[in-house]
Amino acid sequence: MSKQLALVIDLNVCVGCHACVTSCKEWNTSGLAGFLSDDNPYGRDPTGTFFNRVQTFEVGEFPNTETVHFPKSCLHCEDPPCVPVCPTGASYKRAEDGIVLVDYDKCIGCKYCSWACPYGARELDEHQKVMKKCTLCVDRITDASLPERDRKPACVLACPTSARLFGDVHDPASEVSVAIRESGGYQLMPEWGTNPANHYLPRRKTRKHIHEDELVRHDNPLKIDGQLPKPAPSDPSLDDVTSW
Amino acid sequence: MRPAWSVVIFTTIAGAGQGLFLMLVLGDAVFGLPGDLLFAGAMVALALTGVGLVSSTFHLGHPERGWRAAAMWRTSWLSREVIVLPAFMASVFFWAAGLWLDWADGVMAVLVALGVATALLLYLCTAMIYACLPFLQEWRTPLTVFNYFAIGLTTGTFVAALLSAILYPPIGVIFAMGALVIGSFAYLGRLASLARNARLRPKSSLASATGVKHPRIVQIAQGSMGGSFNTREFFHGRPREVVRGFRLAMLVLLLPVPALLLLAGGSSVAVLALALASHYSGALAERWYFFAEARHPQNLYYQAIA
Repeated sequence: MSKQLALVIDLNVCVGCHACVTSCKEWNTSGLAGFLSDDNPYGRDPTGTFFNRVQTFEVGEFPNTETVHFPKSCLHCEDPPCVPVCPTGASYKRAEDGIVLVDYDKCIGCKYCSWACPYGARELDEHQKVMKKCTLCVDRITDASLPERDRKPACVLACPTSARLFGDVHDPASEVSVAIRESGGYQLMPEWGTNPANHYLPRRKTRKHIHEDELVRHDNPLKIDGQLPKPAPSDPSLDDVTSW
Repeated sequence: MRPAWSVVIFTTIAGAGQGLFLMLVLGDAVFGLPGDLLFAGAMVALALTGVGLVSSTFHLGHPERGWRAAAMWRTSWLSREVIVLPAFMASVFFWAAGLWLDWADGVMAVLVALGVATALLLYLCTAMIYACLPFLQEWRTPLTVFNYFAIGLTTGTFVAALLSAILYPPIGVIFAMGALVIGSFAYLGRLASLARNARLRPKSSLASATGVKHPRIVQIAQGSMGGSFNTREFFHGRPREVVRGFRLAMLVLLLPVPALLLLAGGSSVAVLALALASHYSGALAERWYFFAEARHPQNLYYQAIA
């Protein structure tokens, strides 16, 4: 089976620190493909092009609420709806590793692919006028001059809680496949049949049940004869001051 | 979705050009139209599609690379449109040249057939660009194709009526009546799609968008402190009253006002010009509302800035 590189994002672990966002921006704005433009980055109404964003949702009604931090980037769908609609062939899915990419030199900036993405994963660069999206740091993961452990997307390396896993979801033995299989990995908006390669791991509650017999040890040898190891405070002592 | 005026103008005005050509060919086949009317009509049809073509390039970030858009015709309706539009214009151009230079009947018949085929194909391509996107549920219906075809044909018939009223008045009345009949079908089709879309229930929810199985999920932050491409491109960004105003303009100007004008005022050039102006304004409003009424599921991810 062919390779399909993807991210697995553990919502149980993500703390919403945006380290993946900033390291993604840093790596991809400095790369061969040119900058990711920003307008008013420090002004009143900042806007810019990002491959990856961390969103925050509140689940439930007060007081039973829970905050979910939700990193979102291109999901590298196995049936990407954005690719066949591209009139120039600038949007394509690489056969060798399943990464969905945009050839910035062929893109005419018609925005049709962004209309065809239900996830809002594509953003038009307002200055270069071409469509941009997560590349899974394709220039980094394939760079043989980097040490093996650095050949991962910038967001994965930056995550302080290891909420982001990276690997081949078609290899059943890979870390990501095991995580999807064993921790209930799921896809976003399965109703559209896009079959996203990126998966999310759900929030998992760790609940501890303490039973009565775990607090009181029934076979405590000191209780066998109902005798305490020392006399009760009311018992008489030798000097009426100290216990023995 | 945010209606882009470049696309609103392109789809309405090119549709009118195709409709004009189709009606001229039909009128010629049934009644036999004079050559100068056909030639003038061909010139107007070329001008309308030309204006549409120019307008559509304003939608592109890199119009100078537009030629590349013909590459993926196997999979992309947009690419097919990019091929069929110049093919239609070339057919009309050579048909007009044939009228001017008096080419043989056989050649003219082939050119007419090519023109009709490409005009119909162009309606299909333009509409399928929108109707083929599964998660824009408002567009995902055969009514989209019907509406693009019927409204374009109606506008074209109004143009044909005005042109005939100027150059060959006897046929002007027939085209004017034709515009009302075809316009009624277009109007019914649009009412049907309005009724359909009013009953749509979005397939996606925040629960399916995030995978958190809870009926009450509220976005607190969308991951940016200001707007982004996602907040600009997929929201019309207008108050509800404006959107309703466009719908009302569409419902009033598209057919009722032109019909009243024609039925009350006859088919003089002035009345037909007014009727066409009203109808085309209605068609612009219709196309604007078509884009604005489509709710893109990506908006689920872009509801709050914090």
